[in-house]
Formats: sequence, C-alpha cells, structure tokens
Amino acid sequence: MKYIYELHKTMLQQNLILVYEGEFTQEITKSVLAMAERNMESVGEESNIKRKVFNVMVECLQNICKHADEISLEENMKNSAIFMIGKHANEYIITTGNPINNDKVGGLNNKLEQINSLDKEGLKALYKDIIRNGDLSDKGGAGLGFVDMARKSGQKLEFDFQPINDKISFFSLKTTIPRVNTNE
Amino acid sequence: MQIINLEGTEDTPKIILDQSNGIFEISGRSLPEDTAEFYKPVLQWLDAYGSAPKPKTNFTFKLEYFNTASSKLILDILSKLESIPGTTISWYFHEDDEDMEEAGTEFSELVEVPFEFKTY
Repeated sequence: MKYIYELHKTMLQQNLILVYEGEFTQEITKSVLAMAERNMESVGEESNIKRKVFNVMVECLQNICKHADEISLEENMKNSAIFMIGKHANEYIITTGNPINNDKVGGLNNKLEQINSLDKEGLKALYKDIIRNGDLSDKGGAGLGFVDMARKSGQKLEFDFQPINDKISFFSLKTTIPRVNTNE
Repeated sequence: MQIINLEGTEDTPKIILDQSNGIFEISGRSLPEDTAEFYKPVLQWLDAYGSAPKPKTNFTFKLEYFNTASSKLILDILSKLESIPGTTISWYFHEDDEDMEEAGTEFSELVEVPFEFKTY
C-alpha cells in the first residue's frame, strides 16, 4: 500500500493539481478540461491566464486523442497516455506523455525544433502560412497545435523521446504558462 | 431558406444562420471532436445563401474559445463570405482577451472582408 502515499507525496512535491492516466477520448478531454477549469476558478485565477491554460490543454489533449490509434502496440501493451497540470507560484506547467511510432520521431523532433527556433513574429508567420496553405489531415488536425501552444504560452516547448522498443517511443511534452502576464 | 439554429454545448458553438431575419452568428466555444464534420452544414448553407444573398450580410463571430482545427474551418467560412458581396464581419472579443483580438486581426489579414472589432 506504500505506493499510494508515495504517489500522493510526488503529486504534492510537483505541485500537481490534476493527473490523468489512461485512454484519451473527446469525452475524457471534456471532463479533464472541466475539472481543471473548476480548479482554476476556485482559486480565483485571472481570466487571461485561465484562457491560456485552457487553450494549451485542449491542444495537448486533442493531439493525444487524434493520434492514439496510430500506435503499433505489441500484445499486452495498453495504449495509455498521461496528462498532468502543475500549479506553481509563477507558472502553470502542462505536461503530456504518450507512445508514438518510431517513424514519427524524426518529423516531430524537427517540427518542435523549428517552432522553438522562432520568435513571436516568426511563429505568427508560420501560423499564417499553415492556416492559409495547409489542409486538415485525415485525423482532422490543422497542423497548428504546437505552433499555437508556443504562441499562447510565449515560452519554448520542452520535449523528449524515450525509446520503448524498436517500434515505439514515449513522447513527453512540457508547456509552461507564466502566471504573470507576459503580454504587457 | 432553411434556418440553422444550433444550441451551444461545452465543446461546440451556438450557431444561428437565419436569412429572413438577417441573423448570422457563431458564438461560444468551438472544440468539436470532428471539426470538418461539424462545420460542413454551415459551409453548405453558405454556398446556398451565396447564390441569392441579401444586399448586406453582417456575420458575427462571438467566440469565447476555439481550437486550432476550428481556426482552419473559420477561415473556410470567411473565405465563403469573401465571395458574397456586401458582407461585413463583426468580431467580438472579451475586453481582456488579447489573444482573441489578435486572432480576429489575423483572420482579417487573410481575407478581403471588412472586419469590425467589438468588445463584450
């Protein structure tokens, strides 16, 4: 039973206000969003910060939903992902972790590095280029999620790929949203 | 012409498209699971409306939040409106919502339709 207390302590140490581990669907997404919103409302979070957190959460959660069925899972492996929100004195930290196929790692890595290399104006230009010239993927994504997360947070996206086996890796993504308004 | 009148939900916007009363409005939250499917009737409605539009069409966007997949469909809607003569856009944003204001500004730069910005 010790793991319960250990998990509880870890959550407190990391200031995690919400952790969800499991399958991701639109219904789960709505529930997670509603819980996080209620949490932010109960502490009287500023509306512009709430909106940015909501925004980043939606893109993270829908990314996982849209790409969950692509994974080449081996038998007995569960297609589960993790979503967490940490609330600190000066920032919210939104993290996701989900398995992805190894053949997606290179492209994803390049896309995230490209986004991180751009400043505010560069991100705006990239957003406009994609929205003008891109089509919705067969998954229904606009290819704008990461760009939008970088724009709304005003911070670099942190990411990592941990190999699981020769077919899949674990993709971790961390977005930081300052609680002090950086637009001012 | 048929009226589209959809109640908003926690992940889909309220939509009213009513030619005879001159109401064209999308408001609330837009993060549907399948964005293209959700907005398909709206785009089809606009195609039909575009063949015999009113002399003036004021289309209102009063969105609290939309996801990136919806932003692509909003641009598709704006592109349809672009080809309807006499169209203007009223883009509402909450007075402290700079991101929604900026989103409207960016859309206004992507299409040749006059935008009027309003706060609520």
